[in-house]
Amino acid sequence: MKFHKTLHYEALPFENPLSLDRRCYQNLAQETRFFQPRASCPLPSSALPTREAISSPPREDTSDHWSGHLHQYAAHLTIINCCTISMEEGEGSTASKRGGGRLCFICNQRRPALKRPKTQEQICRECFYVVFEEEIHRVIMDNHLFKPGERIAVAASGGKDSTVLAYVLSELNRRHSYGLDLFLLSVDEGITGYRDDSLETVKRNEIQYGLPLKVVSYKDLYGWTMDEIVSVIGLKNNCTFCGVFRRQALDRGAALLKADKLVTGHNADDIAETVLLNILRGDIARLSRCTFIVTGEDGPIPRCKPFKYTYEKEINKYAYFKKLDYFSTECTYSPNAYRGFAREFIKDLERIRPQAILDIIRSGEDFRISTTTRMPEQGTCERCGYISSQKLCKACVLLEGLNRGLLKLGISRANGSRRHDVGHPKPEAKRPIIQNKPCGTLDF
Amino acid sequence: MVGGGGLDLLCNGVKIHHVDVPHKDQNRLEMRDLLAWVQSNLIKERPEMFIKEDSVRPGVLVLVNDCDWELCGGLGAELEEKDVVVFISTLHGG
Ligand SMILES: [Zn+2]
Ligand SMILES: [Zn+2]
Ligand SMILES: [Zn+2]
Repeated sequence: MKFHKTLHYEALPFENPLSLDRRCYQNLAQETRFFQPRASCPLPSSALPTREAISSPPREDTSDHWSGHLHQYAAHLTIINCCTISMEEGEGSTASKRGGGRLCFICNQRRPALKRPKTQEQICRECFYVVFEEEIHRVIMDNHLFKPGERIAVAASGGKDSTVLAYVLSELNRRHSYGLDLFLLSVDEGITGYRDDSLETVKRNEIQYGLPLKVVSYKDLYGWTMDEIVSVIGLKNNCTFCGVFRRQALDRGAALLKADKLVTGHNADDIAETVLLNILRGDIARLSRCTFIVTGEDGPIPRCKPFKYTYEKEINKYAYFKKLDYFSTECTYSPNAYRGFAREFIKDLERIRPQAILDIIRSGEDFRISTTTRMPEQGTCERCGYISSQKLCKACVLLEGLNRGLLKLGISRANGSRRHDVGHPKPEAKRPIIQNKPCGTLDF
Repeated sequence: MVGGGGLDLLCNGVKIHHVDVPHKDQNRLEMRDLLAWVQSNLIKERPEMFIKEDSVRPGVLVLVNDCDWELCGGLGAELEEKDVVVFISTLHGG
């Protein structure tokens, strides 16, 4: 049995200096047959270790020089697409089906439990926890997401993303002494069988993670539950209500908590998906905004997305391995087929090339809104004081329609971005759909 | 066998299944055999949520004894008695 490995090095938009010690490099070097730095490598070629350097095991006395090179290299590059393994003919299939008896790429001690989609490294569970958490820590630090003493509201839906976010943030806050006051903030839309169950999950999280919870409800804020709204307007356009109301409800809840920032669990897949959708819709304003890690700095409360570069696949595995308590039933009123399509497309791409998700985010980042495009001026709603570019905010327009029975008001001029959920047939109201995210949660 | 993250909904809401999969070749049961068996025996509705082409739908995580099935050989991963296979859908909300 022989292993042929192809190593490709590729620059990623965020540097993750892997904590590879020399032993790791040696293992790597011994197994290297081909070594190809990518053309777009940011380092001058003189800074790169030569193929000879990496493929001949270092002697102890020269190791400093040798590993200096590699550390410099690793600081800028992350190893992706680690290996292609092929079996030489004539040799028996001695490799065990459980990962060929190889050991974790990072600690070289335990058996790998998963392969990182970003780097293709096979790593064990313990090392996975560390790299997963520390990568989020890096994103937080590099983007200066928090300042000591800030009050941070975590938008908690009870689903896996926000549950993992709340858990990881409280861990990192302790471990790296961020000095943050963390809170859970949930919106009760009033959807029987969906939100009431997921709220129970959030209430358990409150105890499990020791984070105070605030729940704001549509009923209290607007006088209507989603169930009541749907009973009046049916299943057309309900996501317009859900999205507009949830956005405002989160802002109001955050204000009640006197929070400085709101963090949401949007992950890399979500953002890549939104980039695609905004390209498909030709929504330039949203396209340039949707990849920002912090948004709404001019609004009532800034929102940020610490999971911007975190793959959904890894969030799921993290939640599973850590046995986190989350709720996994779909919003019963979520007919957003258009988004479901983009979602599936992203997952198909990821299977072929895991890197694609980050590439799409990066291409979204590269779009810059031209200075001639006018952004609407922000004022405040005459009725409720919420930030709005019109006399009345969207929520108030929708509410007025509901209260007067003029259902078309507010929806008839729904902008292009809502086109997807207008008139989509929805045969069974209460049937859970698993391919979509709850409506509204993905509006940036 | 465990189906999580909403996949249980495809099987009448049952999350954990103890299954005895009949297979022709005495010695070998592979993941692809299990998938085929699951599709025809356990999935009660919308099989497209679980299977796409001849594999699981992208976005469904598969773990064999808590190890990512990609590391165990994917469709060709050999299964043995008492193995625990977990399917988790990532296609639901967060
Ligand atoms: Zn390890
Ligand atoms: Zn208003
Ligand atoms: Zn909804």
